[in-house]
Amino acid sequence: MTAPTATTTAVSSGGAGAWATGRRLLRLLRPFTWRMIAAVAATCAFVALNVSAPKLLGDATDVVVEGVFGGTFNEQKLGALLLVVAVMYLGASAFSWVQGAVTATAVQRVSYRLRAAVEDKLARLPSAHFDEQRRGDVLSRATNDVDNISQALNQLLNQLILSVLMLLGSLSMMLWLSPILAVIALVTVPFSTVVTVLVARKSQAHFSEQWSTTGELNAHLEEYITGHEVLKAFGRQGLATETFTNSNDRLFRTSARAQYVSGAVQPLLVFVSNLNYIAVAVVGALQVIAGAMTIGGVQAFIQFSRLFSQPIGQIGGMVTLIQSCIASAERVFALLDAAEIPADASALPADGAGQHATADTRTSGAVAAGGRVVFDAVTFGYGGGSPVVRDVSFTAEPGQTVAIVGHTGAGKTTMVNLLMRFYELDSGRITIDGTDITERSRDELRSMIGMVLQDAWVFTGSIRENIEYGRPGASEAEVLAAAEATLVDHFVRSLPDGYATVLGNDGDTLSQGQRQLITIARAHLAGRSILVLDEATSSVDTRTEVQIRQAMQRLRHGRTSFVIAHRLSTVRDADLILVMDHGRIVEQGNHHQLLSAKGHYSRLYDAQFAGGEESLRAAESGL
Amino acid sequence: MLRGMMMRLLAAHKPAVLAIVVLQFVQTTANLFLPTLNASVIDDGIVKGNTDLILRLGGWMAAIAAVQVAAALAAGYFSANVAMKLGRQLRQELFAKVQSLSSQEVGTFGVTSLVTRATNDVQQIQALAVLVFTMLVAAPAMGIGGIVLALNQDVVLSGIVVAIVPVLVLIMYVIVRRLVPLYRQGQVLIDRISRVLREQIIGANVIRAFVRQAHEARRFAVVNRELTRNNLQSALMVAGMLPLIMIVVNLSSVAVVWFGGHRIQAGDMQLGSLTAFIAYILQILIAIMMAMYVLMTAPRAAVCAERIQAVLDTSPAIADPPISRAGLPPGRRTPGGTVEFRDVTFAYPGAEAPVLEGISFTASPGTTTAIIGSTGSGKSTLLNLLPRFLDATSGDILIGGHNVRSLPLHFLRDSLSLVPQRAYLFSGTVAGNLRIAAPHASDADLLRALRAAQAEDFVRELPHGLHSAVSQGGTNFSGGQRQRLCIARALLRDAPVYLFDDSLSALDYATDARLRQALAPLTRRSTVIIVAERIATILDAGLILVLDQGRLVAQGTHTELMRTSTVYQEIAASQLALGGRL
Ligand SMILES: Nc1ncnc2c1ncn2[C@@H]1O[C@H](COP(=O)(O)OP(=O)(O)OP(=O)(O)O)[C@@H](O)[C@H]1O
Ligand SMILES: Nc1ncnc2c1ncn2[C@@H]1O[C@H](COP(=O)(O)OP(=O)(O)OP(=O)(O)O)[C@@H](O)[C@H]1O
Ligand SMILES: [Mg+2]
Ligand SMILES: [Mg+2]
Repeated sequence: MTAPTATTTAVSSGGAGAWATGRRLLRLLRPFTWRMIAAVAATCAFVALNVSAPKLLGDATDVVVEGVFGGTFNEQKLGALLLVVAVMYLGASAFSWVQGAVTATAVQRVSYRLRAAVEDKLARLPSAHFDEQRRGDVLSRATNDVDNISQALNQLLNQLILSVLMLLGSLSMMLWLSPILAVIALVTVPFSTVVTVLVARKSQAHFSEQWSTTGELNAHLEEYITGHEVLKAFGRQGLATETFTNSNDRLFRTSARAQYVSGAVQPLLVFVSNLNYIAVAVVGALQVIAGAMTIGGVQAFIQFSRLFSQPIGQIGGMVTLIQSCIASAERVFALLDAAEIPADASALPADGAGQHATADTRTSGAVAAGGRVVFDAVTFGYGGGSPVVRDVSFTAEPGQTVAIVGHTGAGKTTMVNLLMRFYELDSGRITIDGTDITERSRDELRSMIGMVLQDAWVFTGSIRENIEYGRPGASEAEVLAAAEATLVDHFVRSLPDGYATVLGNDGDTLSQGQRQLITIARAHLAGRSILVLDEATSSVDTRTEVQIRQAMQRLRHGRTSFVIAHRLSTVRDADLILVMDHGRIVEQGNHHQLLSAKGHYSRLYDAQFAGGEESLRAAESGL
Repeated sequence: MLRGMMMRLLAAHKPAVLAIVVLQFVQTTANLFLPTLNASVIDDGIVKGNTDLILRLGGWMAAIAAVQVAAALAAGYFSANVAMKLGRQLRQELFAKVQSLSSQEVGTFGVTSLVTRATNDVQQIQALAVLVFTMLVAAPAMGIGGIVLALNQDVVLSGIVVAIVPVLVLIMYVIVRRLVPLYRQGQVLIDRISRVLREQIIGANVIRAFVRQAHEARRFAVVNRELTRNNLQSALMVAGMLPLIMIVVNLSSVAVVWFGGHRIQAGDMQLGSLTAFIAYILQILIAIMMAMYVLMTAPRAAVCAERIQAVLDTSPAIADPPISRAGLPPGRRTPGGTVEFRDVTFAYPGAEAPVLEGISFTASPGTTTAIIGSTGSGKSTLLNLLPRFLDATSGDILIGGHNVRSLPLHFLRDSLSLVPQRAYLFSGTVAGNLRIAAPHASDADLLRALRAAQAEDFVRELPHGLHSAVSQGGTNFSGGQRQRLCIARALLRDAPVYLFDDSLSALDYATDARLRQALAPLTRRSTVIIVAERIATILDAGLILVLDQGRLVAQGTHTELMRTSTVYQEIAASQLALGGRL
């Protein structure tokens, strides 16, 4: 339980990959081009006001100075100047706010789209994907990584523009004051760049690892918490703790490194600029002594070079922020790029853009009769491995009940998975009413089939919603009728909130059999033309089963039905019984044919009745 | 809450925190010192034309710059280290706590919320810690330094500085107060995003089968929109904070010039003080902005701390008994496996009607006790009382003569081996899953258990045998295979008591029979309690308990019950009806 089957550790794909990811991230901002331009404009205005206001404030000081030396204190002029300054400051703040607000809006919309894209992707991932990737890791991408991207983008867009403008501003001021000095100040740029690049090279890997380890930890947690009772039952919390601690330690090490390395950029850049500052001070002083420069010139220069180095330091710091953002983006994009279910072959208008909307309305449609289902030399193996369904052929006539029996692991559920197109065939074909199932869209195909899966699944929501899932918008009476027929009503009635009882935590508050009854009610209400019942009543006790038997029979009536059950009683009345063994159909026919064949089926049948029959019979007759 | 948590966690890192403070102090001082030296370069060096002095001072400046960068790097190292250690510890504490919670308690938080708390919420606290460590010395030093210097220049004019402080505090207070509930809601929404997605993954096949992708997309979109709106609101508020503070500080510098001008005019103040004053105000502004970065992160971190603390503060309803081990038998588990229920009643917390009522029976070692009853009659609940996943509301449960509540949990659970109704496997390998029950079992042991559980054949057929991969929940195995792996897991343990909760339901009858045959020798000396739906499965059980709506309506052997219990007769009749024969 240590090795996750497929940790999709998006190891940083090096510089090129990072650039591509960065560009892709930027593309997400494209719809907000105009907003971004507005943000830049607002920042420009902010910088302009913020730089010129102190200048005017200086003028105001001069008025005071004039008053002291010239004797006349022009209070009105001072007042007017200060008023202008105040207005400018107000304006600066206003622009700064506009900039912040516009950026925040854009960033939040991007995050919204990223999350929506992840969710949309989940609907298009093949079932096999979920066998390989752990849930917690997918969840981490949608929450932690998107959260990281959003926070980083917000900070980046806010500061990067400002820093770049400040850099340009101070550079042009320096050029204007003294081109030579400006060139000297520019010496820091290559040094700063080298420092930043060196650090960035180290930190990228740490960031990638930090976020993939976060995903891994998320996966461990999700899995252990989901199965915590098993761990407890065996007193094996220690084992889980060990695995968890390992990941936790790794997360600690890698985030401490990422934090440390990226945090080192700023001090190092300050150091570079300090060295420059010292050099300028010393050289400048020597120049002054040599008579080549004035003190004032040196001081002005020092001031501007400091002003210049500040944004450089900020931009350097942002490089690592970008890296963290890209590390997360890579993980989100990796999920978004995962191989999808092959597109539906049919070009029915129902598909494409409006796929979801139309699919839902179709669901509620009335039941068409029949459905002739033909399996023709169907072969399939999970993940391309050795086939678990081999060369299976049979025909289910409209309205017939087909029972599939066989040892556990024989491939019964797999047949259903293929009919539902949860997985695609390796070879052979399945047709419904003569049409290959791959010629219809998946949604259209599935809308024809009502099913009860082997694993009873209920989702967070009321019991009513859970039943209604098979036919949204069903009337109260219909829901009630389905619930009554399947004995759901029987236990729901004793619940204080009845059908409004909210199920949470994977339906923990119901017994296993009750959950199964709900899924039966769901299929009952859905009423599609083909019915699939995979061990539908395996956890339901026999007394209850007898009571819902009629309902089940009524349900099967007029529908082509596939029934998988170990209880041969359920199987006896089937029109066609398929006996499976190791993926093959070893016998087919009806009950009597198969019994008289004295093959697999009759052995299965005997096994069932070998044990208790006599004593039970005896007791029965004794009543 | 946040402060308390930080203090508690930092207590273990006192030397490191001290080092950070000292290093930051050195760093800040060095930074302030450079301009001073620069001033002497000009005053003493240039004015006196002393080239030597200039070079020497230049050397000193370089040395100080070196000290500064070294101190800053070291401080950064310790900050990163300590901050991430806090995170690691919080995660570890959370995980330890979660493991001691019962299903009900886990349920009150929800799986995804607990996961979010241990990752996302902890991250926020880490981030705050890093910021605090960075600003720890610099911000207060600059702020207080600025104020002191301002006071030094002109006390009256400093009134303005003193006046803006409460205004700034007020602004921050108002914004932070509105931010806290927003962030609280925001974290809950992250939980919900996770929850919806988790359900979409678990229920993928049902969603697809019923073609409800659109419905699910809408469900998600609602939460996604809410989260976006929430995040946007808090982002806008944070975006508004900086301009507001700038306005206050900048306007105060305007005020300084206005009032300062008048004071200078009146001869109450020096001209130079005015310029100095504006510089100090700028310094204060920078300090405030640094503090603001902390303050922007603080509300979210505070909310996260609150959420984490809520988990840590949950005292598990089911815990080890406080008493000493005096009365305990030696060894790791109870010697005898006799299970006795004495008038046990159980009601789920919050539910009015009990699920089990007045249950009394004794199951002895070497016998099999079967429990049969309708769906929802309380069979699983009854089994869950034994390992104390739940505690009886009244009545006593004894194992080997000891009340389960008087035994340490690990001791109690070591005496039991459980096959749960829901076959749950962890991602990893087949062997890894089996070893959950017996970590030191050899491969031969594993194969023996698999053989008894009728799982050896298919495990051997797997490409990597025992070391084949298992995906999360065991989804790459068939339902029956999963169940048998769980049975093998339980059989690996040589326990005094075995509990099988409807564990044969997904097995075909032939396998079921073989399995029971193989089980007999393994569990010969143990107490076996088995929940089953099929009468065939329990025919030879020494004791059959018939549960009906939480009551034990009959107990006895099959033949006795067939004579005396109408419920049992009904069950038997139903199986006959279903089978036509049996
Ligand atoms: N998602 C999967 N990935 C890989 N292998 C799988 C997957 N699902 C099932 N298998 C394998 O395919 C085989 C057939 O499984 P299937 O679920 O069809 O059996 P089944 O006949 O329904 O058995 P049961 O009666 O136990 O439900 C088994 O050997 C199983 O291990
Ligand atoms: N966590 C819970 N909170 C509240 N009620 C619960 C909870 N778990 C189960 N119940 C209720 O308690 C009753 C008994 O449930 P239990 O799981 O013990 O039934 P069971 O006999 O095992 O049924 P099955 O044969 O279907 O497994 C049911 O009515 C169920 O709805
Ligand atoms: Mg199956
Ligand atoms: Mg149960």
